[in-house]
Amino acid sequence: MNAFIEKKATYKALVVGVSAGGLKALCSILPKLPVGFPVSVIVVQHRKHMAGDYLIEYLAKRCQLAVQLALPSQPITPGSIYIAPTGYHLLVERNATFSLSIDARVNYSIPAIDVLFESAAICYQHQLIGLILTGANHDGSLGLKTVKKYHGLTLVQSPDSAEYPEMPDAAIAATQVDHILPLSQIASFLTRLLMGDDHG
Amino acid sequence: MKYKFNVSQLYLFLNGTQGRTMNQLDLQNFEINQLLESIYFRYGYDFRNYARASLERKVIKRVALSGLSSVTEMNQKVLYEPEFFNLFLKDMSVTVTEMFRDPYVFKKIRQQVCSHLKTYSRINIWHAGCATGEEAYSIAVLLAEEDLLKRSRIYATDYNNHSLEIAKKGSYAIDKIAPYAQNYLEAGGQTCLSDYYQVHQQTISFHSSLQDHITFANHNLMKDQVFAQMHLIMCRNVLIYFNNALQERVVGLFKDSLVHRGFLVLGEKESLEFNAHGKAFEEFGKNERIYRKKSDL
Ligand SMILES: C[S@@+](CC[C@H](N)C(=O)[O-])C[C@H]1O[C@@H](n2cnc3c(N)ncnc32)[C@H](O)[C@@H]1O
Repeated sequence: MNAFIEKKATYKALVVGVSAGGLKALCSILPKLPVGFPVSVIVVQHRKHMAGDYLIEYLAKRCQLAVQLALPSQPITPGSIYIAPTGYHLLVERNATFSLSIDARVNYSIPAIDVLFESAAICYQHQLIGLILTGANHDGSLGLKTVKKYHGLTLVQSPDSAEYPEMPDAAIAATQVDHILPLSQIASFLTRLLMGDDHG
Repeated sequence: MKYKFNVSQLYLFLNGTQGRTMNQLDLQNFEINQLLESIYFRYGYDFRNYARASLERKVIKRVALSGLSSVTEMNQKVLYEPEFFNLFLKDMSVTVTEMFRDPYVFKKIRQQVCSHLKTYSRINIWHAGCATGEEAYSIAVLLAEEDLLKRSRIYATDYNNHSLEIAKKGSYAIDKIAPYAQNYLEAGGQTCLSDYYQVHQQTISFHSSLQDHITFANHNLMKDQVFAQMHLIMCRNVLIYFNNALQERVVGLFKDSLVHRGFLVLGEKESLEFNAHGKAFEEFGKNERIYRKKSDL
């Protein structure tokens, strides 16, 4: 098993897609990620485009890791949580910086989870973890499939622990996902996977 | 608790990072580079300076939609079929826009920029990357209410002729209007947006009194030059598609086109912070991304 313990250090980013019921789900995961968490966390939470975006502030107050808006040309650093701004698609460039676009909605959504996941999969390939949480649509299932295609690790919140199971259900139907986890165990799963058994 | 790893990860572990898919993605990148070279060589459009991830997405989508087997096959078609290139050009600029997007920006223009515009006897405004025109009509409405429209000329440009056709017509699906009307009010609108258009069945058309002050024209920010002196330039959500080199070219154009103390408005997530021409401008509205050209130049 030593070989696999070696392997854990190779993940570089965790992409998270979440829609309806997201605030609660995010709050039961992100605040538990400890300082020193070795990967970048990039989140698309579906929400309306408006001037004041309180999600960042709300999460920043509760998280140990720095929470910030994902902005163009920004280098993506480990141990930070990046939230996709409203009204734009968020993409990861091959050189691991962010870019934004206002292209057509995907799955009726902008930002769309698929757009983030597919671009991140191209950038990070097997060093990416994709995680789909609660939501009342199908966004993210193609994206998670792409994560899998390029040998990333695929995680889905178990539908019965999801406030809105449709999005996890769709992701599970589209891909042979690696792990289906109850909401309450996701944070500890991630910290153990990435930081070893004495965490999480 | 021990975690299982899937077979493909095991494969990658045993074979190092030069797995098969890695090569596949490198190959795809190489093929896209070739495609962009072909487009530049054949049609003079330099997409090599575009942000790559969204471009790559569109290329891959086009390959699938047209039933092609690879980017290389698409490259062949682009080289020999101008019609097919046009299709791709359309893909590249299928973007979304709305009226009074980010109402607080228009409010600031109304409350603080217009007083400066009032000092000019003729006002030139340039909307660069106007897409289907919603933003140009928004500013026309605003100028009308500030009693500035009659001395204003709005140049609304884009490199996508298809979008420009829609913009020139100035008619939009009626079901889009409700959020626009809401934005209009949040932007400080003084009456009701419906005062500015007629309804015919499922579409609305803006009054020709607005249209008369807007010139829609093709202008390609990759290669075309400055065409008039401007008092206000709005280029919102276009720079996000460009790499640094192209952003510098474009902001350089704007700098040359603006009168002293002229205004430049960028999109909500764009800034001049890392632009070589940034020092020619001062911040006028930080949140609104409104810049003003300095006079000592
Ligand atoms: C997201 S839209 C922005 C529309 C509007 N300004 C807004 O903010 O709602 C981007 C526009 O930039 C245009 N564009 C992209 N590259 C361009 C270029 N090289 N020259 C001119 N326009 C370009 C596209 O055709 C598209 O209409």
